[in-house]
Amino acid sequence: MAYSDKVLDHYNNPRNVGSLDKKDPNVGTGMVGAPECGDVMKLQIKVNEQTGLIEDAKFKTFGCGSAIASSSLATEMLKGKTVDEALAIQNTVIVNELSLPPVKIHCSVLAEDAIKAAISDYKQKQAAHKPALEPAVA
Amino acid sequence: MKTPIYLDNHATTPMDPRVLDAMLPYFTEKFGNAASRNHSFGWESEVAVENARKQIASLIGASPKEIIFTSGATESNNLAIKGVAEMYAERGNHIITAATEHKAVLDTCKHLEKRGYRVTYLPLQQNGLIDLEMLKAAFTDKTILVTIMYANNEIGVIQPIAEIGRMCKERGVLFHTDAVQAVGKVPVNVIADNIDILSLTGHKIYGPKGVGALYVRRRNPRVQITSQMDGGGHERGMRSGTLNVPGIVGLGEACAIAQKEMAEEAKRLGYLRDKLRNKLEAELDEVYINGTMEHHLPNNLNISFAYVEGESLLMGINDIAVSSGSACTSATLEPSYVLKALGAGDDIAHSSIRFGLGRFNTEEEVDYAAAKVIDVVRKLRELSPLYEMAKEGVDLSKVQWAAH
Repeated sequence: MAYSDKVLDHYNNPRNVGSLDKKDPNVGTGMVGAPECGDVMKLQIKVNEQTGLIEDAKFKTFGCGSAIASSSLATEMLKGKTVDEALAIQNTVIVNELSLPPVKIHCSVLAEDAIKAAISDYKQKQAAHKPALEPAVA
Repeated sequence: MKTPIYLDNHATTPMDPRVLDAMLPYFTEKFGNAASRNHSFGWESEVAVENARKQIASLIGASPKEIIFTSGATESNNLAIKGVAEMYAERGNHIITAATEHKAVLDTCKHLEKRGYRVTYLPLQQNGLIDLEMLKAAFTDKTILVTIMYANNEIGVIQPIAEIGRMCKERGVLFHTDAVQAVGKVPVNVIADNIDILSLTGHKIYGPKGVGALYVRRRNPRVQITSQMDGGGHERGMRSGTLNVPGIVGLGEACAIAQKEMAEEAKRLGYLRDKLRNKLEAELDEVYINGTMEHHLPNNLNISFAYVEGESLLMGINDIAVSSGSACTSATLEPSYVLKALGAGDDIAHSSIRFGLGRFNTEEEVDYAAAKVIDVVRKLRELSPLYEMAKEGVDLSKVQWAAH
């Protein structure tokens, strides 16, 4: 199978590889996929408390070149977005940007799932961290 | 050294120039139909075909009359299994094979199942070998055929063929072996190995594609098979169709060269394979060899690099041609059924690479491949969340994965 130039570029020069501190309340971690299925993505976001914008994103991926490229691209897209804007990112954007063939669409779906999982983790942590801001009983 | 480097010699081999030289005249000036009995053009071709038959028979310890020409191993396997099933239908309807056979055998067996035959698919031991006790238990009074490959195309494990053949003989059951990976690589002898029917092909032994052969025993017992194609009754009535004379000449020459050079070549390739293995094992942690190395083709290495997905590895070593058991490299998106049959776990299958060394590989190429693989595996492990977790001491088998 021939890879698109953009997939090759992300594979050869993956952006934002690495890990953020899982315990930081401003960091959300999403881990999706399974080793038996041949792909696992870990995607993390760090949200700036003042601006509410995603100031950093990191990934690590076990998977084919298209899975690596999808998650690498996802971290690029996340930076500078609000959490709500990030939630609206759809896999089709990744498919188009990377020119993924039909058999590789699941890689982009996994990347979208990873974004949603990271945001969900972030929101849970925030809720647990700042209970005082919203009174539990009206 | 030229790139890309070809290390996928189980898929196919480049043709030996000596084979091509032997074939060339039979495309042009020596074009006769080997079945033309009444003029010199036909005689010339017939002589060439009979010479090839001798060369092939000699390599496997058979008599020339026991060699039937086909279009390749897929046809040979189909002809052997369907031909025996039809011919011996009155005696029984049970066939024994193994889960790790080539699709040409497995799908032929499945076809027969639909037509009322019963097939036992033996599982393999973790080391890739057939469990002979299981085979023994699988025989019934309806068993007419056992078909087990000589050496596996993915993991290179060589089965105890002589022992399997003896067990079949004792029970009056015919024994067929798909020997495409073994012939010309390791000594194969149909008498010593108790083989009744054997498939081989040209393009795995530095010969041409599109030509193969089936050995069909004529004595002790005299094996009969029902032809699968109607026509002129060529090849003792077992396989009709005008003989592919240039291809047959090439297959014969490939066998003659193999017979002469096999011992030396096996030693050389075994040395290179071991060097490759030792380098990979010395430089990388958590690499696993698939299939026992004790009963193994000298030119094969199937190895899994834990926490690295096979297709992404192939992408990184794109100037080296190898295969992976990873699902992503297969049309079906299923990881290697051979590795799964060993109970290796899908993750090990996804991480596997098959190296197949061949006659024209040099030590320089193997050194280059080893260095490149080590480099890319390291890079991909930096990218791998699984490697990170394993290094943190997380037991990956206990993690609740969100399977998709």
